[in-house]
Amino acid sequence: MIFQGKARRFSQDNDINTDYIISGRYKFKIQDPNELATHVMEDLDPGFFQRRQDGDFIVAGRNFGCGSSREQAPQAIKYARISAVMAKSFARIFYRNAFNIGLPLIECDTDQIKDGDELKLDLAKGVVTNITQNKDIKIKPLPPVMLSLLQDGGLVEHIKKHHGFNL
Amino acid sequence: MGQTIIEKIFSKHAGKNVAANEIVIAEIDFCLGQDGTSGIVIDSFKKMNATRVFDSKKMAVIIDHSSPSPNSGVSAIHKKIRDFSLQQKLQFFDVGQGVCHQLVPERGFVVPGDLVVGADSHTCTYGALNVAATGMGSTDVAACAATGRNWFKVPESIKFICNGKLPKGVYSKDLILFLIGQVGADGATYMSCEYTGPAINNLSVDARFTISNMAIEMGAKFGLMECDKKTLDWVKKHSRKKFLCQSADPDAKYFRTLIFDVSKLEPQVAKPHQVDNVCPVREVAGTEIAQGFIGTCTNGRVEDFGIAAKILKGKKIKKGVRLIVAPASNWILKETMKKGYIDTLLDAGATLVTPGCGPCVGTHNGVPSDNENVISTANRNFKGRMGNPNAFIYLASPATVAASVITGKITDPRKHLK
Repeated sequence: MIFQGKARRFSQDNDINTDYIISGRYKFKIQDPNELATHVMEDLDPGFFQRRQDGDFIVAGRNFGCGSSREQAPQAIKYARISAVMAKSFARIFYRNAFNIGLPLIECDTDQIKDGDELKLDLAKGVVTNITQNKDIKIKPLPPVMLSLLQDGGLVEHIKKHHGFNL
Repeated sequence: MGQTIIEKIFSKHAGKNVAANEIVIAEIDFCLGQDGTSGIVIDSFKKMNATRVFDSKKMAVIIDHSSPSPNSGVSAIHKKIRDFSLQQKLQFFDVGQGVCHQLVPERGFVVPGDLVVGADSHTCTYGALNVAATGMGSTDVAACAATGRNWFKVPESIKFICNGKLPKGVYSKDLILFLIGQVGADGATYMSCEYTGPAINNLSVDARFTISNMAIEMGAKFGLMECDKKTLDWVKKHSRKKFLCQSADPDAKYFRTLIFDVSKLEPQVAKPHQVDNVCPVREVAGTEIAQGFIGTCTNGRVEDFGIAAKILKGKKIKKGVRLIVAPASNWILKETMKKGYIDTLLDAGATLVTPGCGPCVGTHNGVPSDNENVISTANRNFKGRMGNPNAFIYLASPATVAASVITGKITDPRKHLK
């Protein structure tokens, strides 16, 4: 799978929590993921949904997705048509949730990416190319479990296909 | 080689001896969801073509996050999960019964040695009872509901040894805030925390829940304690299930062991907008506050209201300041009424709201105004958490919150304890 788009960074780099990704003000009352997506990252960066473009990447520092277990967080990112999230590290529950719904998360040295840089992600080759800065950034290989889930199209499809877990 | 608590519990549930970093498929003893997450649990469960929950007695659904419903959008979600829970004959708790992480242990659904998965990040609370409980997303819980199992990476463990005795006016909330400040918001990512030592043994079970509850605030998967007489007494009072306590072997291997002497610990606060932004109360003493909040799965238990009532007895909340109180369950509400705590708090000027999560997660019952400071006993102070991204949340113990609403400023509670 190859994705291309612009890097989107925020005023806060580390510890971007799931309340910031999608606020409780919306997630408790809105069921439509397309509607939820219009509020993605709103408390941290008002107007983000209007400014981002289809295929963009969210880029951050350490511990992206910490806090609550809300699956609406990766869902809002996915339905905002963000290709993938790149960070130095991810919080545990968010990490599982993202792969369960088929949103790729990429662990790499994000210090080499500036806001607005044009990026190309080649998942099969395991490389992010920073087109703007003309350099390749190595990504941490996905654990086999996450790769299986992603290849099956998420956890729901995995369970359906194997009539249970086959990891 | 010796095993940690979590390696033992996973070995038992995977049917083979396992060690840290192994991937296992394990049988779960219980799973749960709340009204913010169960809607997607149901959607995913149906998409998996599942028809019956693996064991209706082993799944709870609790309406607590926006309860009773503040608007029609929430009501639609409530109806969906209420209909599903009744149709599946689940352990169902409708509006006003309380917060999931109080109800699940209080009703005896989980016992030492169990493996539990909840669609709520604070599911780690039951670790105080030696239960391996962890939060996951809705689709993961749907998989548990459909199959009675899930996959897990057996985590490495961090041991926190807490020596000494907490001084007067310093509580388990101060201790866990201090520990989070020490290791940071990702200091225990994907790890199992084991809390041990004389300072932990000295705590009541109510106070221990506060510590296990906040393991997730350092990124941890579990926040475990070993069993002692207090654990056994508590569990036998609340449950009839058989259980087997699990303790760590002396030669178990830890990722990290941290040793603290808590004898000189001061009351602590987490400053806006991060839980690991911790300092002693004295550093922010005098900061004006507009609202206090006592409740939540962290600090909404009988003992917490007892501490607050002791400080507020015969006192008045400063004019212009609000104090919201939300007992963590209906049972706690009744107990605190019997003990006279609620009378004391109401006489001081507090506002009592329905047992539930509302104020903590910003759904209703106490959304602050722009630029207001709130002091709260909850577990998160993220921007916007209480419903307004332009407010500022400080986290503290029930004692610090009670002392602060009297003066209208962040106040060291030790001045108010004779």
